[in-house]
Amino acid sequence: MTDFEPKIIGFLCNWCSYAGADLAGVSRFQYPPNMRQIRVMCSGRIHPSFILQAFKEGADGVLVAGCHTPNDCHYISGNFKTERRVAILKKLLEQLGLEPERLRLEWISASEGEKFSKTVLEMTNELRKLGPSPIKEE
Amino acid sequence: MEIADIVFWPVAMDIKYKEVENMLDGYIDVCFFNGAIRNSEQEYLAKLLRRKSKILIAFGACAQLGGIPGLANIFSAEEIFETIYHSTPSTNNTLKIEPNESTKIVEGILELPTFYDEVKPLDKIVQVDYYIPGCPPPPKLIIQAVEAIRSNKLPPKGSILAPEIAVCDECPRKKEDKKISEIKRVLDFVPDSEKCLLEQGIICMGPATRGGCDAKCIQANMPCTGCGGPCPNIEEQGAAMISALSTVLGIGEEKDENYSVNNLISQLKDPLGTFYKYTLPSSIIKKRYKK
Ligand code: FES
Repeated sequence: MTDFEPKIIGFLCNWCSYAGADLAGVSRFQYPPNMRQIRVMCSGRIHPSFILQAFKEGADGVLVAGCHTPNDCHYISGNFKTERRVAILKKLLEQLGLEPERLRLEWISASEGEKFSKTVLEMTNELRKLGPSPIKEE
Repeated sequence: MEIADIVFWPVAMDIKYKEVENMLDGYIDVCFFNGAIRNSEQEYLAKLLRRKSKILIAFGACAQLGGIPGLANIFSAEEIFETIYHSTPSTNNTLKIEPNESTKIVEGILELPTFYDEVKPLDKIVQVDYYIPGCPPPPKLIIQAVEAIRSNKLPPKGSILAPEIAVCDECPRKKEDKKISEIKRVLDFVPDSEKCLLEQGIICMGPATRGGCDAKCIQANMPCTGCGGPCPNIEEQGAAMISALSTVLGIGEEKDENYSVNNLISQLKDPLGTFYKYTLPSSIIKKRYKK
């Protein structure tokens, strides 16, 4: 599979990570076009079923990005709740036959445009190596 | 009071499938179908009874959601056969015998149903008119359903014949502060019989599970394991419970020096068996995928 290009769904919180993605664009940082971004008000808004649905519909990877812990979430503890959800989901994905690395959590602030572009690049490269999601294959 | 004739009930009556085949289509007024679909015989019966019945009701967690047998969807038919017929320590099968779908003997050919790779709930095979949840369905719900059928007061098709509430709404326990520091199991200690089990660290599926059972398990000091299926208005019971648990587990402790997500979540040994005990075949991801 040399020409496999992974599809990534990125859930980005409005206050930090989405702004970080915006900054990456404004600053002309290069990153691969493999991610489709979805803006949510807080990473805590991302219900586990959104992530499962993304995989079900053929995502090869899912990025969840929010404000830095401990103090940056605009809704106080949304990011901590997300951190626990993602940890449980990674275990669940493994039981369902998906590599847990397909789900990634990052804290990206509004000033971290570079971290955003680096994250997308890293994730794309890792997923290129992992290959298509087994769900998509069927 | 006599309200119905029972025409087919395999566990209680001596009746052959042939006799059902000979009935006119729509001859049966109501069929309570229990069990999920895992082999060709069950599929055949589901389709036959659908044709012969005016109203088809998925009866119990297996028919409604896939049920506990649905957890086997993380294995293929081949893997299941390998375990059952070869690799368990108590199995001594040196001749490597496995059941075949058809076996020739002197008297003719013996046939067995095809064992499918996946367990499916009834509504993935045929159209289902109503659902009665539970494992097993609470007698109260069965009586209410029979009464609704008798008096012609059934709700719109597709309805679940159970109240629109969560198990927590029926639970008599005191609920105070949803905030837990560790996950415990019922075998670790005897829980306080008055306090919310979740608040005592036990994973109780009550918040994500449809009620109608009067919280019977909880009243016996055992946590809800979710047999009622998803709460009204939620799509996926397992995901809802993952979300709920993540909200209360370790909340307010995040800034403590020894807080660690990984330590917290490592207490959870089997997320699939805990959160999807009855619902894997009807969830967003329905089985285990292989490369
Ligand atoms: S607002 Fe960004 S994670 Fe909550």
